[in-house]
Amino acid sequence: MPANPFNNFTSYGIGIGLRIPHYRHILEQKPVVDWFEIISENFMVDGGRPLEVLDRILEQYRVVQHGVSMYFGNADRPSREHLKRLKTLVKRTKTPWLSDHLCWGSVDGRYTHDLLPMPYTFASARTTAKNIREVRDYLETPICVENVSSYAEFHASNMTEWEFLSEVVELADCGILLDVNNIYVSSRNHDFNPYDYVNGVPHHRVGQIHIAGHTKFEKYILDTHDHPVLDPVWKLYDHAVRLSGHTATLLEWDAHIPSFHEVHDEALKANQYLGEVEAAEKAGAVAARR
Amino acid sequence: MTGVLFTPLTPGNHMRRRYGARPMRQVVESFIKPNDRLTSFERLELYNRQYWFRVLDSLYDDFPGLRAVLGEAAFMRLAEAYLVKHPSTSFSMRNLGHALEKFVRARPKFAGRRLTLTLDIVRLEWAQIEAFDNEAMSALTSDDFLDTPLDRLRVRLQPHVILLSAAYPVDLLILAAKRADAGLRGEASNAMEEAPEHTPQAAIPLPKREPIFLAVHRHDNTVYFKRLEPEAFAIVCALRDGATVEAACARALRRADPAIDWASKVREWFSNWAQLGWFCRRKA
Repeated sequence: MPANPFNNFTSYGIGIGLRIPHYRHILEQKPVVDWFEIISENFMVDGGRPLEVLDRILEQYRVVQHGVSMYFGNADRPSREHLKRLKTLVKRTKTPWLSDHLCWGSVDGRYTHDLLPMPYTFASARTTAKNIREVRDYLETPICVENVSSYAEFHASNMTEWEFLSEVVELADCGILLDVNNIYVSSRNHDFNPYDYVNGVPHHRVGQIHIAGHTKFEKYILDTHDHPVLDPVWKLYDHAVRLSGHTATLLEWDAHIPSFHEVHDEALKANQYLGEVEAAEKAGAVAARR
Repeated sequence: MTGVLFTPLTPGNHMRRRYGARPMRQVVESFIKPNDRLTSFERLELYNRQYWFRVLDSLYDDFPGLRAVLGEAAFMRLAEAYLVKHPSTSFSMRNLGHALEKFVRARPKFAGRRLTLTLDIVRLEWAQIEAFDNEAMSALTSDDFLDTPLDRLRVRLQPHVILLSAAYPVDLLILAAKRADAGLRGEASNAMEEAPEHTPQAAIPLPKREPIFLAVHRHDNTVYFKRLEPEAFAIVCALRDGATVEAACARALRRADPAIDWASKVREWFSNWAQLGWFCRRKA
C-alpha cells in the first residue's frame, strides 16, 4: 500500500528532517535524499534566511510539512491567523500532505509549546476530529495526525490511546502519521504492549511513519530525538510496515545532531524493512495475477 | 492543567508543593493517574519542567546581551517573572520576548542600577529578531526617487529595518556578548529536553554612556547594525513616520550646522540607503 488518499497518493520513501546544522552540506553537496520533512513553524515567517534556504531546498528536493503547534486537540477552534500563515507556506512548498500531532497545547491564546496528552474520551475525539476537518478544508491538503509520546494519563480517559486515535481519524476521515518511537516510549511509560497499539490502528490510513531515538531514565523514557533508533523501535517499525505496507518513513533527530551522513545513514536502515515489505507486496501481486 | 504548567519551578527545578492555597499533590491527583513508578505529581512535574526549560531556554538564547548586562542569575529572575506576566501568546517562540521592554519599564527593579542600559540592550536584541525574518517588500531604487517630486514623495521603511537610538553603544556590547556565547535559538521541534546546561558567559566589560543612532537591518539575509549620524537618523525616522522626503530633510536639518554641505551628505545617504534597499512604496 505505497499510496493512499492520506498521503495524496504519493509513494515517498525514506526522508530526514531538514535541520539548520545540515543546511550548508545540503546546499553545497546536494546529496541524494528522497524527501525532507520541515517543521512548518520554522518557516511560517515573513521573510529572511529561513525562506531563502527553503526556496533553495525546494528547487532540488521534495518537502513535506510537519507541524508542532496546530494542537488539533485544543478545546478552541484552530487560529485563523495560524491557518493563514500555514496556507501561505503550503502554497510555497506544495506539500503533498501535512502532519501535526494528536495533542493539545494552548488555552485561551496562551501557548505551552508542548505536545500535551489528551483525555481519551468520545467528547474530546469529536472536538479533535472537528478541528482536523476544519484545518484540512481550509488548507485543501490531506492531513495525517501523529500520536505523541506521553508521560501522564488522565483519570477521565475511557479508552486506550490507539482506540482514541482510531476514533479521531475515522471521525475526521484523515490519515495517521504513525510514530513508532512514540508508541514505544508511551508503552514503557504507561505499561501497555506496543504491538497492541500498532495492531489496533486502521492500517489503511497510515500515510507516514516516524522513527527516532529516545533516552531511558530510571522510572520513565523521554522522547529526546538525540540518539540512533533503538532495536525495539526498529522491531516495532518492521511490524508496522508489514501491516501498513511500504510507507513514507522519516527519521527525526533534533538534539545533539550529528553529521548529515550519520543521520541519513541511520534513516536508510529502514530500507531493509521496506525492501522486505516491497518484495512481499510484489510477490503477492504476482500471485494474484496468476 | 495549564495553570499548573505555567507555575514556575522551585530553585531546584522541581514542581512547587502548593498551588495557591491547596497542596499541589492533591490538585494533580484529581486529574492525573499515577503508575507503579511515578506519582501523579511526578508525572505532571515532567511537563511542568519541560515548559519552563523550553521557554527560559528560548529567552536565554535570544538575549545574550541582556545576560551580559544583568548577569546570569539576575537574568533568570527577570526571565521567569516576565514569562509569568507574559506567557507565550504565539505559535512561535520567536515572539516570546516581544513585551520584554514594556515589562522592564513597568518593573525597573529587575534592571537594578542599569535601567537605561538594560532597556537599550533589550530593544536592540528584540530589533535583531524582527530584522532577521520580517518581510522584505520590493525595494525602491535611486531612480524611483527621481520620478516623483520630493515634496510629494512618501516612502515606507522596509519592515526589516528597525531604527533605535540608545544611550549606550549597545551594538558593540552585543557583538562582544555573541563572541562570548555561540548560542542561537533552537528550531521548533517536538523533542523533549533534559535540563539545559548553560556555560556562564565570560564577564564582558560594560560600555560607558555614548549616545548612538542605529538602524538594525537585513541585507542578503544577514542582520547588520548600521550607525547613523543624528541628522540621517532623524530623516529616516521622519520618513518612517510618513513625512515626505522634502519635509523629512527639512525637519531633520532645521538646526543643522550651516557650514556643512548637507545637500551632498543627504544625496550620499539616500544613495546608500537605496542600495541597501531600505525603502519601499507606501501602501495606496
